[in-house]
Amino acid sequence: MATEILMPALSPTMEEGTLAKWLVKEGDTVSSGDIMAEIETDKATMEFEAVDEGTIGKILIAAGTEGVKVNTPIAVLLEEGEDASAIDSASSAAPAPAEPSKSEPAAAKPAEAKAPAAPKTDTTPDWPEGTKLKQQTVREALRDAMAEEMRRDEDVFLMGEEVAEYQGAYKISQGLLDEFGSKRIIDTPITEHGFAGIGVGAAFGGLRPIVEFMTWNFAMQAIDHILNSAAKTLYMSGGQMGAPMVFRGPNGAAARVGAQHSQDYAAWYMQIPGLKVVMPYSASDAKGLMKTAIRDPNPVVFLENEIMYGKSFDVPDVEDYTVPFGKARIWREGSDVTIVSFGIGMTYALQAADKLAEEGIEAEVIDLRTLRPMDTASIIKSVMKTNRCVTVEEGWPQGSVGNYISSVIMQEAFDYLDAPVINCTGKDVPMPYAANLEKLALLTTDDVIAAVKQVTYK
Amino acid sequence: MAAQKPTKKTNASAEELKAYYRDMLLIRRFEEKAGQLYGMGLIGGFCHLYIGQEAVVVGLEASAKDGDSRITTYRDHGHMLACGMNPDGVMAELTGREGGYSRGKGGSMHMFSKEKKFYGGHGIVGANVPLGAGIAFADKYKGNDNVTFTYFGDGAANQGQVYETFNMAALWKLPVIFVIENNQYAMGTSQQRSTSSAEIWERGKAFGIPGEAVDGMDVLAVKDAGERAVKHCRSGDGPYILEIKTYRYRGHSMSDPAKYRTREEVQKMRDERDPIEQVRNILLENKHATEDDLKAIDKEIKKIVNDSAEFAKESPEPAAEELWTDIYATEVPQEA
Repeated sequence: MATEILMPALSPTMEEGTLAKWLVKEGDTVSSGDIMAEIETDKATMEFEAVDEGTIGKILIAAGTEGVKVNTPIAVLLEEGEDASAIDSASSAAPAPAEPSKSEPAAAKPAEAKAPAAPKTDTTPDWPEGTKLKQQTVREALRDAMAEEMRRDEDVFLMGEEVAEYQGAYKISQGLLDEFGSKRIIDTPITEHGFAGIGVGAAFGGLRPIVEFMTWNFAMQAIDHILNSAAKTLYMSGGQMGAPMVFRGPNGAAARVGAQHSQDYAAWYMQIPGLKVVMPYSASDAKGLMKTAIRDPNPVVFLENEIMYGKSFDVPDVEDYTVPFGKARIWREGSDVTIVSFGIGMTYALQAADKLAEEGIEAEVIDLRTLRPMDTASIIKSVMKTNRCVTVEEGWPQGSVGNYISSVIMQEAFDYLDAPVINCTGKDVPMPYAANLEKLALLTTDDVIAAVKQVTYK
Repeated sequence: MAAQKPTKKTNASAEELKAYYRDMLLIRRFEEKAGQLYGMGLIGGFCHLYIGQEAVVVGLEASAKDGDSRITTYRDHGHMLACGMNPDGVMAELTGREGGYSRGKGGSMHMFSKEKKFYGGHGIVGANVPLGAGIAFADKYKGNDNVTFTYFGDGAANQGQVYETFNMAALWKLPVIFVIENNQYAMGTSQQRSTSSAEIWERGKAFGIPGEAVDGMDVLAVKDAGERAVKHCRSGDGPYILEIKTYRYRGHSMSDPAKYRTREEVQKMRDERDPIEQVRNILLENKHATEDDLKAIDKEIKKIVNDSAEFAKESPEPAAEELWTDIYATEVPQEA
């Protein structure tokens, strides 16, 4: 049957073009791959090849015609044995090319209507009263969490720089090589981009990798694999495969290590759908959240902190202690102001709350623990009670975690606010080396106290 | 380590030759149809055709066994057809429809099949190379004898992460075959203008990885080389590099006018080295098949391809709710 040759789209954005030149004439035979015409798009002149074989029965659009719409018939191709009489039937019979049906774009999710009452939150304590507790550092808690999960699941392994024979650059993996051997505790060369990619591939292949970055600063070399390879594959594959794994290491400023080694990535990773993002403060959370992270079937970014590694906290002395994602912890109840923080920011938040209490200001202090999913319900519920909020984080101010929290509060509890939300952050400068300047760049307890006084008009 | 080992053209049976002819023809006709649907506006965005390179994937798939994995970059349609994925599902993914392998959410460059152990379809040049080594790492960890074919182009061969991966793959003896599909152009930049070494596979020597250059227009030469590589990897000797010298007839993507090379260069390759014509000639000269036999294959392929195009047009667009699914897994997908 005679077929119409249609004006092709030759770029993602082309809607019409100029039929610059015909390289065939009526009566010529063509076969697949032969160049039939030159077509000018907005970007370039393209050669247009035949797909089917046959004879050019009729040229419908003359060379030199401008503004030929995509999908306009430009010629008629006759099959072997047909003559020109088939042309008319082709023109009339050939259906207009089916346009892909344009369904209405999915309506953007409407902003949640203002909650008439305080949202429901999970307020169960992390451990029941009477649970036996032990003092443990964050470092020990992280190590125990990994060891317990490695005993539980053969497919869990740890890879990274100096994790095995050196026992961990920050001693988080101390003793693990002895227990699990070099098959499961793997020293890598200093090639973050490459070993992060190998880790993601191993997760595709059915393992449960823990990839340690000596610090998150170095993960900048690997961020393509964290985002493009790990976070997006489940979606791009229509749910067929993903990367169940943990990326972990110390994040944020340590002490006197300068600009390239002192950055908080919480706000960066928090933005990515497909990732879960955890930033614990206490040892019990470090342990319980790490165990949850290793079991989670998604890629988890686990942001630790070098200064916190040596700090001790109560940790439940039970066999299998886990903490769920998306559940904030209220460290201190109060009615005058809500302070929201996470990770090392909690140090300043809690110190400030103690000092403020001496002055008669009762702060409620919320530790988010996980940034994605984020327990915004607990924040809203608290703000409905206190009517004021200060966020506290070590990262930079522009595009901060606090900015996001502020926007959620505005959308969901605007009428409850008695003062603008203030975001306490690190100063908007690269981290200086000089001791005095570094101190000025970092967030302080006094910054938090000043912010609370501002929102409480004290 | 020797380049371009001679091929014994007689070691393939008539049935094998016919299968290679058929598989290569399927890729070519499928890609021509994809180009046509792109021209009609049914396929959007970027679309990178594999025409000219068919012998690479067909030859290497002939050396693979069940359990082996494959991963590649964005010029991936040929790899999917060669490993047995359904043309309907591939074409419907190109048109962004519900019946596509990723239910329309991946597109031409991001398609996967857990069942066929095809791990994508990756849009970031070079990123699939450590991913492929990671899949091989998982196989070694589990103690099976599977290998992973990790395909990338001459352009990707200049990415730093490729060499980070060579280092670790050699160090850890990972069962990965690095397949450099050298089609001579990294988008519009020729190998001479982008790559310091004429023989890319020789870069493996710096890491102690053996390899060879292969005539990528000769499916039998590719299969022979694939068998050598597979034997090396399966026996636990670590990675192997195949630099397969091939040629793409079409532009880098559909919107590439390909002004960086002459029409004569392309035509000469088509006339003298075409991988499908070569097998066709062997089949006819050795009386393994008649013209009529081959016509019957052509007809069968034409039907498969036309059916896939129909399926890809008829399949509905994904439901609006699909926007919000597959962002997080609630449980780990079952292993294939």
